[in-house]
Amino acid sequence: MANPSSLAASLSPEASPDLVKRAELSEIDASTKAPAIFLLGSSVLWLLLGTVFALIASFKMHSPNFLGDYEWLTFGRIRTAHLNAVVYGWSVNASFAVAIWLMARLARGVLRHTGLLFTATVFWNLGVTIGIAGILLGDSTSIEWLEFPPYATPLLFVAYALIGAWAIITFRFGKSNHIYVSQWYILAALFWFPWLYSVAQIMMIFSPARGTVQSLVNWWFAHNVLGLWFTPIGLAAVYYFLPKVLGKPIHSYYLSVLGFWSLAIFYNWAGVHHLIGGPVPVWVQSAGIAASFMMVVPVVVTAINHHMTMVGSFGALKTSPTLRFIVFGAVSYTLASLQGSSMALRSWNEVTHFTHYTVGHSHLGMYAFFTMVMFGAIYYILPRILLKEWPSAPLISVHFWTTAVGVIFYVVAISVGGLKQGFEMNNADIPFIETVKNTIIYLELRSYAGVLMTVGHIAFAVNFTWMLAKRRKAGATAPTLFRTGPEIELEASAR
Amino acid sequence: MNRAPLIFLGIFFALAFSWTGIVLVNQISYGDLTPVYDENDGIAYPQALPGIAQQGRLVYQDLGCVYCHTQQVRRPGFGADIERGWGERQSVARDYIREPRVFLGSMRTGPDLRNVGTRYVDTPTSKAGSEWHHRHLYDPQITSPGSNMPPFKFLYETRKIVGEPSVNAITHLLPEQYQPEAGYEVVPTKRAESLVAYLLSLKDTYAYPETNNVYVEPAPEETKAAGQKEESK
Ligand code: HEC
Repeated sequence: MANPSSLAASLSPEASPDLVKRAELSEIDASTKAPAIFLLGSSVLWLLLGTVFALIASFKMHSPNFLGDYEWLTFGRIRTAHLNAVVYGWSVNASFAVAIWLMARLARGVLRHTGLLFTATVFWNLGVTIGIAGILLGDSTSIEWLEFPPYATPLLFVAYALIGAWAIITFRFGKSNHIYVSQWYILAALFWFPWLYSVAQIMMIFSPARGTVQSLVNWWFAHNVLGLWFTPIGLAAVYYFLPKVLGKPIHSYYLSVLGFWSLAIFYNWAGVHHLIGGPVPVWVQSAGIAASFMMVVPVVVTAINHHMTMVGSFGALKTSPTLRFIVFGAVSYTLASLQGSSMALRSWNEVTHFTHYTVGHSHLGMYAFFTMVMFGAIYYILPRILLKEWPSAPLISVHFWTTAVGVIFYVVAISVGGLKQGFEMNNADIPFIETVKNTIIYLELRSYAGVLMTVGHIAFAVNFTWMLAKRRKAGATAPTLFRTGPEIELEASAR
Repeated sequence: MNRAPLIFLGIFFALAFSWTGIVLVNQISYGDLTPVYDENDGIAYPQALPGIAQQGRLVYQDLGCVYCHTQQVRRPGFGADIERGWGERQSVARDYIREPRVFLGSMRTGPDLRNVGTRYVDTPTSKAGSEWHHRHLYDPQITSPGSNMPPFKFLYETRKIVGEPSVNAITHLLPEQYQPEAGYEVVPTKRAESLVAYLLSLKDTYAYPETNNVYVEPAPEETKAAGQKEESK
């Protein structure tokens, strides 16, 4: 490859005074290439595999005899393999790629010694592979969100530590002395995750706490993986790409700071809402409910900030796939969070807890918000590190529409079914088996939605592979945008 | 201005707060809860599971039953757990202290199993409880048509009868369409036996001092609900 920075600079659509700075950015992008491509490639593979697991699990829920004779495909294992494949395989790999790329860009630091970083990412994926195989073969711990058998987790931890250290080193030695709000989120997430993970591993698996203290640790961990890892990474991406693609600064700097700190303070107490009515001290449950409700603050603040940034620019949704996915994700974040707060209220929890409604909620969060934001980010990042266009615009459209319609359909179907299940379950006059039969139709609808989303994932994977394989064409460097925004990372005091 | 250290401190204390509050404080306050010794029975409750049930617990774990079944009974008035006959009283923290891994669960695709050992029972003269479980596990459609619980046929072995038929065979419990070829029998594996032993052992029938406050006399409807339960078996 010729010197990528000069190449990029000469191809820049904007022959502007920024040329030098753009060259620097290209150099930074280029330095992230090997690890980012490996991470994104693995994440796409895990997405496909996780989707296959999901479909099998979903079909089994309404047709329990489907593949019923295979022990390794039994519902309890395949459902667990699905969760771990899409969480630790797809979502974490994608988060790593996005976090490292954003960090390098925002800190204006070239990623160094990428060989070691690359090794760490290989180890991470090795750990996930071993973990998933372990689950399917019967070594699952059956601790929600921590199912990987104990022989897989130390590898994951070491790999994580290296990757996190790399991002922080890049931050520390970058040239920028301004810390943009996306970086706050990423730094916090990088620091929080190993803390959560190590405490959970020790107190649940290596030296288990007694009785239901385990359950508290379990949900403290599991909910915080969502709140203190995926949410910050997702929001970091929204805070970066929204203004970037629109070409205007984020609406309010102060709101973004308020949003960050209120999230940091309230979210980490919220996990106990998974244990409402359970055999743990009631005061912790109440604290969890209060914190869950207080989450309305960061969510509304963030929603206002994002919405006010969008106002007047909705036309751009037509032209930028990145923006479409990101805005869909941002709106879903607001909805999922407000729904989550409501589900923590005792009277509503009494109905929704233990039902499929919760499954709908988690897909609204992890899919409609997080996954869609990651899709958007990948549509932006990949062309910049490969210096190529996405090969097929129709495939991008197919990807967007099938996943967007699919996930809405999914969440609506399963939520309606879940509510029905919840209300009926609380009415002891209805025999249990009737409540089960009444959910079947909704579980079938959920499977159809899943098929639709699968189509989108295949379109995405085809486009992705095609992109890697095709040759670079001269003349295009900003394919997913029609307008190039101001470089957030280049403004001395970006607000 | 370099605000990184300040931001970092904030980030640190945010999580330290809940780590202290949720994990540490509870570990200190009830992490060493002990069994209650009953002078009359000469037994410390909760009792440890018998060895074979401990094995069954691991089967329960590796097959992921926890993703469809909870093991926690909510208090009267909060949900219909008691009315559905899932327990006589709310589950309390002490119930779980002997369990190396706690399976509270978060999903009730199927019923709560905390006290399933009181619903399907073996007596010295009858194996009705185990038999029900074997038929149900072999294929839930046998006992509960319309269920979406998966079949666990793979926990059973279909093998040729050599000499005398096995005393453990469940062939005679299975309906027509599940019968193996003549000369063959269906026998539970060790894992199936231990899983059933585990299910039979699941019950929190002992009242601790702390459950006296939460235990409420069964409401009249309960007998009705329990009656229906009997029918649906
Ligand atoms: C896909 C969800 C699912 C999975 C996985 C599952 N079950 Fe079930 N289970 C159900 C449903 C639904 C019922 C209620 C209908 C019936 O009796 O089959 C049920 C009922 C039961 C019952 C009867 C409870 C009662 O009070 O009548 C027992 C016992 C049971 N399951 C044990 C297990 C065990 C043990 C496993 C793991 C090996 C397991 N289940 C896995 C869904 C599931």
